[in-house]
Amino acid sequence: MTPFSSVTGPAAPLLAANVDTDVIIPIQALVGTGKDGLGEQAFARLRYRSDGTENPEFLLNQKSWRGTPILLAGENFGCGSSREGAVWALMGMGVRCVIAPSFGDIFHANCFQNGLLPVRLPMDAIRRIAALSGANGLTTVDLERGVVIAPDGEAIPFQVDPRKREALLEGLDDISLTLRHAEAIAAFRDRAQTERPWQ
Amino acid sequence: MPTMFDRIWDRHVVTTLGDGWDLLWLDRILLHDLSGGRALREVAERGLRVAEPSRVFATPDHAVSSAPGRTASTFPRGAQLLDSLRRNCAEQGVRLFDLGTRENGIVHVVAPEQGIVLPGVTLACGDSHTCTNGGVGAVAFGIGSSELTQALATNCLPQRRPGTFRIRFEGSRAPGVTAKDMILHAIGRFGAAAGTGMALEFAGSAVRAMSLEERLTLCNLSIEMGARVGMVAPDNTTFQYLAGRPFAPTGALWDRAMADWRTLPSDPDARFTRDEAIPMTEVAPQITWGTSPEQVAPITGTVPTPEQARSPAEAEAWRAALDYMGLQPGQKLEGTKVDWVFIGSCTNSRIEDLRAAAAVLAGRKRAGHVTAWVVPGSEEVKAQAEAEGLHRLFLDAGFEWREPGCALCVAANGESVPPGARAVSTSNRNFVGRQGTGARTHLASPATAARSALEGAITDPRA
Repeated sequence: MTPFSSVTGPAAPLLAANVDTDVIIPIQALVGTGKDGLGEQAFARLRYRSDGTENPEFLLNQKSWRGTPILLAGENFGCGSSREGAVWALMGMGVRCVIAPSFGDIFHANCFQNGLLPVRLPMDAIRRIAALSGANGLTTVDLERGVVIAPDGEAIPFQVDPRKREALLEGLDDISLTLRHAEAIAAFRDRAQTERPWQ
Repeated sequence: MPTMFDRIWDRHVVTTLGDGWDLLWLDRILLHDLSGGRALREVAERGLRVAEPSRVFATPDHAVSSAPGRTASTFPRGAQLLDSLRRNCAEQGVRLFDLGTRENGIVHVVAPEQGIVLPGVTLACGDSHTCTNGGVGAVAFGIGSSELTQALATNCLPQRRPGTFRIRFEGSRAPGVTAKDMILHAIGRFGAAAGTGMALEFAGSAVRAMSLEERLTLCNLSIEMGARVGMVAPDNTTFQYLAGRPFAPTGALWDRAMADWRTLPSDPDARFTRDEAIPMTEVAPQITWGTSPEQVAPITGTVPTPEQARSPAEAEAWRAALDYMGLQPGQKLEGTKVDWVFIGSCTNSRIEDLRAAAAVLAGRKRAGHVTAWVVPGSEEVKAQAEAEGLHRLFLDAGFEWREPGCALCVAANGESVPPGARAVSTSNRNFVGRQGTGARTHLASPATAARSALEGAITDPRA
């Protein structure tokens, strides 16, 4: 996993609610290919016109926001399918942090598995940042301090699960952490097998 | 006074990890072709083995053609995924329900049908509609690829316990109201994010009266309300459904299991994080009009106008949805011309769904301009339907009778609804582009879908 400490950039305001993982990455991009190249397909249906050329009206195609590491989003960002390709695609286009009032649960979990930081802030704070964002209005997300620094210097604190925060800062993944409990797992297995063998 | 969800969760905590995290034991892991092969390979690449291969079941469904007479190579890009799933299952000793075998089908149709998912078990799968399996009284949830690799390697997952949200459907169903209508109504009422961070329990007299298959449909759309878990308490309906299924316990073990299962339901005084009641008098047949399952209305209703929205942001979302769907604010839903009808998916592809759709046909033919597909959820469902002659009714009505799989629900198999075409689908997501680039999806019950195919327009199945 890619560790995360802090990022700075022009936070792109993609504020619609319920942006689902089908929109973030069409399923067709995930059939028979690996993680590489998914960045090109992120938001494909919004980003490209039917002839395959870029849609200049799509926010992330515009000069101010192209390649930004920070997305500002609306309620329930990443709802829908469990496809982890949504996270791979966002990271493939350079996004390292999404700030939204709420996230789809599975997407939220997938973010932490890959080093993409999901930050929950109230919608009014997100709108405040959006109003100030631009080429000359940079936002910083600092995980170590747990603050978003808005373009006008306002420091907005955010909460991240302590376990996930540590894993992100150090780039640790769960398999090695879980395997530390091998003895407890074996003991549980034996007990469960006796108590409820049908399970 | 625990809830059913908390009771099952507590039984599966291997150890607590601090900060509200538990290491949760998994009784079952399900794999499909889209992510299963890769997850198994990643376990091997880390120098590990699948921890509990006998608890893991794989079935290709997402990227397989549904064309009559299909083979793995009918959709070549999917064939690579299936090949990887086959090789890795063989290497790790994981049971595979391969294409063309009697056990094959959509993973969430197969698991209950084979008795793989049981009351009180924990089950994880790399698919968001894993919540379907909660219809038997299991804690079943969708996970991403990385979590899937971890689950296979350790048979556990570090998880934070979600809150609980009970929805009670009280009263009896009006004629023509199905499980699909009930859950769409609930999503419309509470919103697509109402269940985020929650485990749903569906209860109340209307749920108790449901068949097991209807409970699976109800739980299937939990994730469309944001909840990874949806559950219905096990009861005699559940036990009768599971008895004799290939992987269900038998003999004395069955009796022991059933005695245990009777202790699972939430205590009468159980406290839920949120508890809501829906009187059944308020639930009519539903159809979605927008691009989120929460954008739904009674089929006799109209498309809302943005002025009715609760906020400027919602008004904006509605405008975008209506623009994509090619609908006018305030227009009647009934009578809207339909180009495609899809009956299938882990939501509504079981035998009762096919019976309900077939019952509507009444010897009539689909409207000439409609392409209508029936994709049974599994080989078992297909065989049962053919034994009952349902396939004949569909074929005579001009519907295509196809091979099991996810097909047009997720359009990952080379099949899609054409750009601009309007589809009434029994599936679970009306997202932009879900059934194909530019495809316009209306979610509804099998009866509504079948009737709309006959009339060539959105039609109330009761009319």
